[in-house]
Amino acid sequence: MSHYYLYTLVGIGLFSLGFYTLIVHKHLLRKILAINIMGSGVFLVLVALAGRIQGASSDPVPQAMVITGIVVAVSATALALALFVRVRTKTGGVELPEHSLS
Amino acid sequence: MDEISFLLLLFDSLLGLSLLWLAWQALSSPDLFRAIVLFIAYGLLMALVWIRLDAVDVALAEAAIGSGLTGALLLATLARLETKNSNQLSVNKQQVINKSVNNPILFWLILMILILVLVTGLIYAVLTLPENIAGLGGIVAENLNISGVTNPVTAVLLNFRSYDTLLEMSVLLLVLIAVWSLGGIPKQQQLFPGPVLNLLIKLLVPILIIVSGYFLWAGADAHGGAFQAGAILGAAGVLLLLTGWRLSGSFMGLALRSMLILGLGVFIVTGVILIILDGQFLEYPVSHSGLLILLIEVVATLSIGITLAALFLGGRPVDRRRK
Repeated sequence: MSHYYLYTLVGIGLFSLGFYTLIVHKHLLRKILAINIMGSGVFLVLVALAGRIQGASSDPVPQAMVITGIVVAVSATALALALFVRVRTKTGGVELPEHSLS
Repeated sequence: MDEISFLLLLFDSLLGLSLLWLAWQALSSPDLFRAIVLFIAYGLLMALVWIRLDAVDVALAEAAIGSGLTGALLLATLARLETKNSNQLSVNKQQVINKSVNNPILFWLILMILILVLVTGLIYAVLTLPENIAGLGGIVAENLNISGVTNPVTAVLLNFRSYDTLLEMSVLLLVLIAVWSLGGIPKQQQLFPGPVLNLLIKLLVPILIIVSGYFLWAGADAHGGAFQAGAILGAAGVLLLLTGWRLSGSFMGLALRSMLILGLGVFIVTGVILIILDGQFLEYPVSHSGLLILLIEVVATLSIGITLAALFLGGRPVDRRRK
């Protein structure tokens, strides 16, 4: 088992940690952090898995996709933070207001 | 040989474990400031992992954008929260969903089962993937000589898959429009940068601009490229904004806006001209591909840098002439 699989497993671990936090925590800033960590877990799986193919030097296509992904992730984070500041000024709270289903 | 591979395995395991540990600390630390600083440290460790996976271009992007700029954005938002009302924050800091759920035991049980299924499913999917497939590395290497650059990652980003980059530039612009439409720049307290910081900025900003130019130029045949260069330019902008420097009002209107759309605009215009000449969108003629890539990269770097700095500002700047 090469180190590529090791990092793939780390990526899965990061994704799951982020997913858990996203559900459990209410604070929106922590949810934004969690989404970022989930994203970097996905990136890690993508690049690490490409390395498992034998013989070939590192595959540039997943790397280019991950660079694109990192830029899109920072854009999404910026938008999320702007929305968060807006929620804060409107409601005064740092979490989304509860909606009762009944 | 065996000892070296053992040491590498040890290094990889330690790096992987510290990455997971840092992520957990960043996600569970009750103090949000601490959480964000740990998240930045996590990003830097991630950059080390990318180098270990032979992905130096990704490592540069992660260190500059994933860790640096995201961290700056998060810290700026946190600072805005704390100036508003610091008492309420401490109550809400460790708010976990537990209290609002009617049946906590059932909630945790379902959550644990869900996560367990997710993790096992993912691990199963990854470990059963076929190993003896060709990948795309070979095809890229074969066609590298017609791409106009010799760095394969740049070739993929700006030639073979330039659609991705085009759409990514649109995402950046869209996000900026969305952030601007949410309102003006939030009020912040007066900044009084000390003389040391002022001097440091005067030294650092020109160096950052030169480094950015270097990465832009080196991206053609070594590690680097438009995104890394744009991120460094954006970092220079963030540093300037942090010391209270602002563009004078007359630049906030058309001048700023045309710089923001320059990258995407030139990209699309190039594509349309190529349709007229060749009949294919963004399919560069082999003899001029290097030049076209350089042109697009230069304008893209400028636009990315300015967009990222504008995102840091967190709102639409006021056009003084219209007031």
